[in-house]
Amino acid sequence: MSTVVLLAVTGLGLSALYFLIASGLSLVFGLADVLNFAHGWFLTVGAYAAYWATPKVGFAGGVVAGVLAGAGVAALVELVMIRPLYKRTIAQVLVTVGLSLAGVALFQALFSPDARIFPSPKWTQQVVGFLGARVPVKSLLLIAGAVVVLAALLAFLRWTRYGLIIRAGVENREMVTALGIDVRKAFTLVFAIGGAAAGLAGALGGVYFESVSPTGGASLLIFAFIVVVIGGMGSITGSAVAAVAVGLLQQFVNYYGSAGAGDVCAVALLAIVLLTRRQARQA
Amino acid sequence: MSILQVRDLNVVLSGLSILQGVSFDVAPTGVTVLLGRNGVGKTTTLRAILGLAPGIGSVTFDGADILGRRTHELVQKGLGYVPEDRCVFAGLTVAENLRLAERTKNSAYELVFELFPELKKRASQRAGSLSGGQQQMLALGRVLLTENRLLLVDEPTKGLAPKVVTEVADALARVAVRVPILLVEQNLAVVRRLAGDAVVLAAGQVAWTGGASELLSDHDLTKSLLGVGSHS
Repeated sequence: MSTVVLLAVTGLGLSALYFLIASGLSLVFGLADVLNFAHGWFLTVGAYAAYWATPKVGFAGGVVAGVLAGAGVAALVELVMIRPLYKRTIAQVLVTVGLSLAGVALFQALFSPDARIFPSPKWTQQVVGFLGARVPVKSLLLIAGAVVVLAALLAFLRWTRYGLIIRAGVENREMVTALGIDVRKAFTLVFAIGGAAAGLAGALGGVYFESVSPTGGASLLIFAFIVVVIGGMGSITGSAVAAVAVGLLQQFVNYYGSAGAGDVCAVALLAIVLLTRRQARQA
Repeated sequence: MSILQVRDLNVVLSGLSILQGVSFDVAPTGVTVLLGRNGVGKTTTLRAILGLAPGIGSVTFDGADILGRRTHELVQKGLGYVPEDRCVFAGLTVAENLRLAERTKNSAYELVFELFPELKKRASQRAGSLSGGQQQMLALGRVLLTENRLLLVDEPTKGLAPKVVTEVADALARVAVRVPILLVEQNLAVVRRLAGDAVVLAAGQVAWTGGASELLSDHDLTKSLLGVGSHS
């Protein structure tokens, strides 16, 4: 029983990480139709900002630095590189793929290709008793972070004017502009929100993996894409549910099956969802 | 003096020439109707005026050249748009659809709820679950919330039951007293009731302009231009 609880908590920790990356990816694609392959780089930026700031201003300050760096870089990328390319889908994909590759190379040049040990506070590396199991605090920290982000995003989308614009824009962007709203401001905002969540994922991911590396964001991005596709483009709640499913599936299969089988199962789950969704649509 | 002047408007979409040298004026009061058979470019004309389709030529709105300007800026300048098929936001409630259209604190909710009391009753209902007629009322209500100097209304009675067509026509007649309308409409009974001027398009070009009553009183002309008799 304690093993199941431990696997569930660590699986949910992984789910939380996936959700933090996928939520921004999903909003950006849902509203702006941008398939952003550079999104993983925002996580890396956040991770290194937290890595750099934590020894100077403490862990909380490091997390804030990660969030701000992720948001700032994402907004800048939207303004400078994506905005001139709206309606040019292939060019956007090429630019974001190029940026993700160049971003990795930049961090390799600045910090070396090797992973660096993240300056985690000691309390995050401890374990606590939970339902008869000894579970890692870092997983609980990630889960708490994701729950706060989920609640904040849902409140933002439900109660603010920009949230209303984003929900409407996900349905019909053209009609939003035809109501006199400059939807491009909302694009920049969702990039910044997505970048902030990815930056938080970078900072908390540093604690979870106990290290930061230039390729950290890119390696997590594929699972975030799986989560976004399963959860539905533009759906925050869908991303949360899909992240839980993928994280738990991976963790349990990797433990009870063989290492790496969980990743295969995540891709298989994606295929099953896509096929059944298509059949349901045809029916 | 017209509120909108369209001159030599050309639109090419996906390599196809949709509009070729379209020119007409919209009167500063009342309803000007844009007529024509299916696929002649009526909707494209409205979309090009509003910057939703790429156009070449000249469109002057209240004295200013607006072709190529961004859509949201034109709407903020008083060009209201009710698209074909309503385009309400199905996942939002009626109240949220209306709130989205607000541009100032003094939105004309009283007028909208007076014209369409059903919208007030259904404020918390999702727009996607409304009937076609109710969705049309919402689409019109959305644009009437703010001060406009010209409304572009695309086939507002399409697919509606006869009773609802009458309600929508009543609402448009009341609105036309306050603000001029460029109306795309296939229902000739509605055209007969509302329209002052008429512009007929054929194959992406203007085939006829004049008074709507003049057109509809000539059965043969109507038949040749629109493919239906004026008694339809």
